[in-house]
Amino acid sequence: MPQRRDTLKNPEQELRIFRVRALLAVLVVIVLTSLLVGRLGYLQIVQHDLYSTRSEKNRVRVEPLPPNRGLIYDRNGALLAENRPTYNLTLVRERVDDLDDTLALLVDLLELPEEEIEAFQVRSRQRQRPFQPALLMSDLSEEQIARLAVNRHLLPGVEVEAQLLRYYPDAEVMAHALGYVGRINAEELQDLDPGRYAGTHFIGKTGVERFYETELHGEAGLRKVETNARGRVLRELGRTDPVPGANLTLTLDRSLQMLAYELLDGRRGSIVAIVPNTGEILAMVSTPGFDSNQFVTGIDVASYRALQEDIDLPLFNRAIRGHYPPGSTIKPFLALAGLVEGVITPDSTINDPGFYQLPNDSRRYRNWLRWGHGRVDMERSIAVSNNTYYYTLAHDLGIDKLHERMSNFGFGQRVAHDVQGESTGLMPSRDWKRARFNQPWYPGETLSVGIGQGYWQVTPLQLASATAALANRGHWVKPRLALRIGEEPVPAELPDTLPDIQLANDNWWDRVYSGMEKVLSGSEGTARRTGVGLEYRMGGKSGTAQVFSLGQDQRYNAEELEERLRDHALFMAFAPIEEPKIAVSVIVENAGGGSTHAAHLARAMTDAWLLEDEAPEAEEVKEVLEEDTANVEGN
Amino acid sequence: MPWQLITRSLRRYPVRPPDSGIARRKSIWERIHLDPWLLGMLLVLMGGGLVVLYSASGQRIDTVIAQAIRFGIALSGMVIIAQFSPSTFLRWAPLAYGAGLAMLLAVEVVGDVGMGAKRWLEIPGVIRFQPSEMMKLAVPLMVAAYLNRCQLPPRLRDIVVCAVIIGVPVVLTAIQPDLGTSLLVASAAVIVVLLAGLSWKLIGLVAALGAAGLPVLWMNMHNYQRQRVLTFLDPDSDPLGSGWNIIQSTTAIGSGGLWGKGWLEGTQSQLEFLPERHTDFIIAVLGEEFGLVGMLLLLTLYIMIVGRGLWLASSSQDTFGRLFAGSIILTFFIYVFVNVGMVSGILPVVGVPLPLVSYGGTSSVTLLAGFGILMSIHAHRRLLPR
Repeated sequence: MPQRRDTLKNPEQELRIFRVRALLAVLVVIVLTSLLVGRLGYLQIVQHDLYSTRSEKNRVRVEPLPPNRGLIYDRNGALLAENRPTYNLTLVRERVDDLDDTLALLVDLLELPEEEIEAFQVRSRQRQRPFQPALLMSDLSEEQIARLAVNRHLLPGVEVEAQLLRYYPDAEVMAHALGYVGRINAEELQDLDPGRYAGTHFIGKTGVERFYETELHGEAGLRKVETNARGRVLRELGRTDPVPGANLTLTLDRSLQMLAYELLDGRRGSIVAIVPNTGEILAMVSTPGFDSNQFVTGIDVASYRALQEDIDLPLFNRAIRGHYPPGSTIKPFLALAGLVEGVITPDSTINDPGFYQLPNDSRRYRNWLRWGHGRVDMERSIAVSNNTYYYTLAHDLGIDKLHERMSNFGFGQRVAHDVQGESTGLMPSRDWKRARFNQPWYPGETLSVGIGQGYWQVTPLQLASATAALANRGHWVKPRLALRIGEEPVPAELPDTLPDIQLANDNWWDRVYSGMEKVLSGSEGTARRTGVGLEYRMGGKSGTAQVFSLGQDQRYNAEELEERLRDHALFMAFAPIEEPKIAVSVIVENAGGGSTHAAHLARAMTDAWLLEDEAPEAEEVKEVLEEDTANVEGN
Repeated sequence: MPWQLITRSLRRYPVRPPDSGIARRKSIWERIHLDPWLLGMLLVLMGGGLVVLYSASGQRIDTVIAQAIRFGIALSGMVIIAQFSPSTFLRWAPLAYGAGLAMLLAVEVVGDVGMGAKRWLEIPGVIRFQPSEMMKLAVPLMVAAYLNRCQLPPRLRDIVVCAVIIGVPVVLTAIQPDLGTSLLVASAAVIVVLLAGLSWKLIGLVAALGAAGLPVLWMNMHNYQRQRVLTFLDPDSDPLGSGWNIIQSTTAIGSGGLWGKGWLEGTQSQLEFLPERHTDFIIAVLGEEFGLVGMLLLLTLYIMIVGRGLWLASSSQDTFGRLFAGSIILTFFIYVFVNVGMVSGILPVVGVPLPLVSYGGTSSVTLLAGFGILMSIHAHRRLLPR
């Protein structure tokens, strides 16, 4: 290349230009470097705390350590709710060489249908971060675990993990009393302390499990771990061990509960038994029951729908939520109300022509015995379950005093200390009717209430606890389910207990008891067949709750009615009279008369509790019942 | 030949002793054509780099050894290159430039695809390299050689020629696509023009045109490149995706504080939160484990190298040497600035390694080759009369 003509180079000038430019470059270098230094100073000095925190958050993960849920025992130490290890199949994708091969092998080993491969593939993707095990299958069988163990070397990344699951050995019998735990749902999650429940997947949904959730749950522990960017745990930095939940000892007696369940024999009904002087609930059964274990892992839709749509309402806890007209079972309580208010004395009598009429009213309120019981005093009124006596008594008391006195026995309110989901029942009053129907109270309605019909509705638990208070000579003790929480006994005296019921003459209690004893043992007693061969003094009262009302002067034949339109059979009882150890309420829906269809069940319960060695088998009781069904006598 | 004319004219300068009138004896360093100061600082930098690399590689000594071997090869290359006279480079400039262009075209046709871009040329089993890497030296070399022939400051016609020399390889590199390298190639060459005395008016004009051309650039960018820019503007918009790198690297640096967490103690680095921790993001490891103090020491070392390099460049006797040496050393600084800037979050993420610290052979070889030329330019100067 030829040198261009005018390129007479001027080295001096070129050097000068370069030096100027180089100096400028130095300046630029200094400026840019200061920029970097400024930025580094900002990050490392000014914002150091922020980034330190960020870095710690990256590195340290706090893993919750869920506590083991407390166990539940009956009063004799029989296990009612335990934590059973179940085995889940999990998979860590990062450690699996060939996912398709592995899943195919798993399905083959576990002897599952081919279609499961797809389900496994879906589940293997369900996780929040890398290296998190994905749950493929829960509740593996022993054989499946063994097969997996043998082939372990072929299955890197596949693990069998143990998890404790709630298990109820006597699920059907205990379902309503114990309740059950289930997976925490979104709604519950909002109200929970996130710290305490961080690692917990289950929460008490109903019953004892729910009421004593706090005690049973325990305190969560923590594990601080260092993880790398892929979430792999590298080491443990610190640990707070969880505090397991307290074991709960209930007042329930497992064998009595089982007996009650068998006595009800799959019918719709409920039996509640209480120790009168302590309020300890010995049995609280609602039938039909259901398998509460299904609810622990999550019940499938079809089974749940089947339970919900079952006409017998197995999920409904009749013992605490069933509303039944008490029928004649409340006659002893009304007699006591009359005694307290001075409306009657034990010796005052009425003459029963077979019906009662309000002054200036032609309507006849019938005794169940058409031709009447003639002269009736208090004891006889209870023994023969005379209606006319109680029409008179109710009318004389008036609805206001009747409401007050019956409320004193716990009717129309929640009575128990620790029963979750208890209903109040309904004790009608003027105010209630005004609020409910905007109508005045009519005198005729008082008469209905006087024989336990009309608006009055009780729960089996209320009936049993009122019976207990009666057996206790008016001393009220709150019914309870928990005997001990951990090692701590539940105090005998509980707050908000109802005031005691006091009679002018303490002997009058014995007169009422005598009337109740005659129900079972008297020659005229409505349940005298049940009283045959009693080895102790037992007081009781039958009741028959009409499911639908009859018109005036109508009689009906139970057998002609559809089964579900038949009367509910009720019976309340306590024994022994001298020193009551058990109070029972029995309700069998649509069974018919209480003296025939409920009294035997109450007797079987008291026998079982009082004559421990000679407890009758449920089968025997059933036979007796069948012999008796023909007789529809009394209510 | 013009080149020979130039070299001959250079040789015409008489060699005279600087002060005492006695013929000066060349020192050992002058005889092996190396600058002891620059060499010393480079060795300190590489040594320190290996220490950081050990930590950044997850304490894998084999990585460190592999890097040390590369340093060894690159240093040998530097020493060899330093033995050539600058006139050799001047002579070879058109050839190197032409060969580089040919290979860039070859990449377009038969190049290996890596990371979604055609960058690599491979003779299987023999060698695999990026021609664009070579162009980082070849393009500024060519520009310096061209401007050496012109009267400076360059006139418009010369500048147009320079623009063509620069533009063709830069565009070829950019469409690979490798925007980062193409920008580095361009800046190395543009620095030559700037040092040659490009008029301020033109600088202003080009800057304005560049600003106006940004939207065009944006339109022609690949999605991942746009994503990088967007992420730079707001890393938290995609904290687990493209924002992850910058969030983790600023966290690493910031959590280091003044003194750092200590060597091998950086949790961001050791627990793999920091991505590309032993390559492009290695300075975050230094920032985390050695703190601001470590960062300032490193920056000081870099600035001293740049300062020494500029000094050597300006003491060069001919325009070619000055321009090329200046470009080499200022490009070196740009590497440092861009890398530290991107890792600390003031520049978008472009794939620029930290010179002589990041793991990787190619860039070390290129850089040390550049320093070899720089030393050659310095050591082969003739002593001029004042």
